[in-house]
Amino acid sequence: MKSIKNHLSLVIALLSILFSIQVFIIVDRSISAYEKNLANNYSVVVVSQKTLDSKLIIDSNPIIADISSLTPDSVIKRLNTGMSATNIELLKVTLPKFYQVKLTSYPSPQEIELLTKKLLDYSSVIKVENFSNNHDSIYKLLLLFKTVITVFAISMIVVTTLLIFKELKIWQFQHNNRMSIMGLFGAPTWMRSAVLFRLSIVDALIASAFSFILFSVISTDAWVLEQFANIGINVVIFDPISDFLSMVAIAMFLSIILASLIVLWHKEEV
Amino acid sequence: MNKVIIADNLSLSYSNNETIINKVKFSINSASFVFITGASGSGKSTLLKSLYGALKPNEGSLIVGGVELRGVSSSKLNFLRKHIGIVFQDYKLVKEWTIEKNIMLPLIINGYEKSVTQNQVDSLLKHVRLKHQAGKYPLELSGGEQQRVAMARALSHNPILILADEPTGNLDDYSAELIWNLLVGANEQLKTTVIVVTHHIPENIKVDYKHFHIEFGRINEVN
Repeated sequence: MKSIKNHLSLVIALLSILFSIQVFIIVDRSISAYEKNLANNYSVVVVSQKTLDSKLIIDSNPIIADISSLTPDSVIKRLNTGMSATNIELLKVTLPKFYQVKLTSYPSPQEIELLTKKLLDYSSVIKVENFSNNHDSIYKLLLLFKTVITVFAISMIVVTTLLIFKELKIWQFQHNNRMSIMGLFGAPTWMRSAVLFRLSIVDALIASAFSFILFSVISTDAWVLEQFANIGINVVIFDPISDFLSMVAIAMFLSIILASLIVLWHKEEV
Repeated sequence: MNKVIIADNLSLSYSNNETIINKVKFSINSASFVFITGASGSGKSTLLKSLYGALKPNEGSLIVGGVELRGVSSSKLNFLRKHIGIVFQDYKLVKEWTIEKNIMLPLIINGYEKSVTQNQVDSLLKHVRLKHQAGKYPLELSGGEQQRVAMARALSHNPILILADEPTGNLDDYSAELIWNLLVGANEQLKTTVIVVTHHIPENIKVDYKHFHIEFGRINEVN
């Protein structure tokens, strides 16, 4: 019972830290996936009097991923009210060229503006439709999400630090007495702190194992998967190898730092 | 006769700079039994703390077991402490360890083999009449029993020097007698130097001893 109590305090602190970090990672991944989704669905339409050199356009701006010409067939079909084939062919030639510009990432309003200006610099380009009104509102929403997640990350770091220091005080109180007594009988520092390090490593492993179980359950939960499907994004909620290894590394790092600080700040009783 | 402790012009003070022990000079032969007495606050416990390096000399020299304690390195201090047994008035037992493990502590630190350690602990538990309590924790024992555990721990590694601070201060007669017998036995049979800080020297103690008295920061041998 005593032993469980000794472990529980650090395990709970580490568990809450690992949980917060993983939630932060999931939200960050979701935002990235959503942003990618937006970038995939967003494109700029360019109207040109002449055929554009795709390679030249792509090389001119790194944000441009691809440029493809849009077929005028649908426009002609709507106009086709008893027109002869010759006239249709003539119309095809005289109609301006329509291009769809795909981007590498979801652009900021400034990037959109710059891209529009650059495209309009081509003498043959007569119109660039960037759907800026719609884009701006989505971009602002994305920006808000990113700000919220940054605030969450900062507050998480603050709470984590406070938790660690609270734990540090408890541990100092718990272990100082034993470390002092061992010191009175000539135990070297490594021996005095061995229990502390052993305890912190074991606790880090326990906390990582609990987190593994928790996120394995969450990542396969039907309700959670349905929510992600509703937003239309596909996110790795928990990678059992890389995420688990990160958890172990973070938990180990924190608990070893904690133990090291106790050893460094340990003062012998006089 | 070898000197186990040599103090020359030794001054001791705490961080508030008030001098507790002022330029004292004394020496203690090995295998001797020494009482240090004095009124409360006279500095007897302070002097004892300096002998195991918990308080470093401000001035002068203090050599214990051949180790100069002024400016001593932590590795040398650890080496010295491995050869000292200390008994405190407040026992200083590790409360989350069984009494068996508490007694083992100096043996583990000194790197004794497990079989030797176990035999030594069993033998000491018999000596302090606590064999039946081996698996208990310190807080499950009475004060007298805890001090007997502390005594067994101080003796476990056959130290060259035992330092005892008011070892029978709060004890019942039975435990006190047992403690004195163990201290005298270690001195007579194992030739361990024993230094006891106390208010009163027990009248019925059966050992040849030296007596130092501390007053106003000075130490004087009492004949």
